[in-house]
Amino acid sequence: MIRVVLPAHLRKLARVDGEAVLEVEGRVTQGALLDALEARYPMLRGTVRDQVTKKRRPFVRFFACEQDLSHDPPDALLPAAVAAAAEPFMIVGAMAGG
Amino acid sequence: MSKVRILVGTRKGAFILTSDGKRRKWDISGPHFGGWEIYHLKASPADPDRLYASQSNAWFGQIIQRSNDGGRSWEPVGNQFTYQGEPGNHLWYDGTPRPFEFKRIWDLEPSLTDPDTVYAGAEDAALFRTTDGGQTWQEMAGLRTHPSAPGWQPGAGGLCLHTLIFDSANPGRIFGAISAAGVFRSDDGGASWRPANHGLHSQQIPDPDAEVGHCVHRIAMHPARPEVLFMQKHWDVMRSDDGGASWREISGDLPSDFGFAIEVHAHEPDTVYVVPVKSDSEHYPPEGKLRVYRSRSGGDQWQALTNGLPQSNCYVNVLRGAMAVDGLDSCGVYFGTTGGQLFASADGGDRWSAIVHSLPAVLSVEVQTLR
Repeated sequence: MIRVVLPAHLRKLARVDGEAVLEVEGRVTQGALLDALEARYPMLRGTVRDQVTKKRRPFVRFFACEQDLSHDPPDALLPAAVAAAAEPFMIVGAMAGG
Repeated sequence: MSKVRILVGTRKGAFILTSDGKRRKWDISGPHFGGWEIYHLKASPADPDRLYASQSNAWFGQIIQRSNDGGRSWEPVGNQFTYQGEPGNHLWYDGTPRPFEFKRIWDLEPSLTDPDTVYAGAEDAALFRTTDGGQTWQEMAGLRTHPSAPGWQPGAGGLCLHTLIFDSANPGRIFGAISAAGVFRSDDGGASWRPANHGLHSQQIPDPDAEVGHCVHRIAMHPARPEVLFMQKHWDVMRSDDGGASWREISGDLPSDFGFAIEVHAHEPDTVYVVPVKSDSEHYPPEGKLRVYRSRSGGDQWQALTNGLPQSNCYVNVLRGAMAVDGLDSCGVYFGTTGGQLFASADGGDRWSAIVHSLPAVLSVEVQTLR
């Protein structure tokens, strides 16, 4: 089980209260987590990463365990605490006005 | 009893206003999709309760929402807008080539006959279509791959296909307006396109009479007279009597011929409305007086409509998609401002009142007449 904190706009879009909870098969990588997120919540496709290139959208950041994981490659393993659901994986909208 | 439903897209959400045919009391619902930019909402002419909305923001990109119950409930549908093949280049503001890249949908135009078929005008300028109610979208690449496209340059709002108009008398005919490329016309349902800008004159481009490159802000047509088109250009109000093959200026006695919105009366094809703003950098009404100008002669002679509109210290703008008419016997005219007011006139523009004063900046206004 993996815990994911979505930004408010995406929680509303996906109709999620609180944290999203996902099952990730195999290696718990950033890419596998996002695949699981989009499979569980298809309306989030394209909102976090490009649907074709899978590139993170520029104003979206990934944080966990007080680290910025935004620039990690998609096949990098997530921290053990995230894989063990002790800590959430946080998808954050960048502070960019609005 | 007739009803009127106004669909308002704003910088921070969508609002839906409804009234009976008297148009005195309005119920307001919203914000729908609060916090998101809603560039456009539009209903299917074939099923008035089928609505589509373009929802986007800089963080999370493009969402398309669909309602099957007149806007009471919504569901997100497909949002994958992928350019066909190699996207190719257009010109950037500095004149260098830049690849076409999807930004957002400006215009959603449901088919006149099929609620599941919708055309979408994109930034960077391209045409998309769904035939399954928005679940999947395919580019109709004939427009973006027009031989002139590598020379298209964005207007201040981006390189956007912002206006699509269907001709109900000629089912294959579609007009599209791109800022800042100009008007294009298709006679085969959007597969192929040709420029329709002869007669436009723009001092802001190297060849003022070029076939392509004009900053067309909006075009409008009366459905009963589809050969006649009206245009608000960057500067100049224009008219075509031959389906866009040629244009002539009809700015006449307007106080400024710069503006964004233009609309045609529901029952009088020669009655046209514009909202002049002062200049290309001063996007507010001349003299701080918000005036709609109405021509009853198809242009050239214009009358200021001021009754009920602020006539001092008013410095709002009316954007290109923010004016619409209803189809009731006494034609209602509506427009929204960047200051968040939504003004309405139930008598063709003679008297105005603000239905609501303090919405977020209004991007688009569409009106449905429900019978």
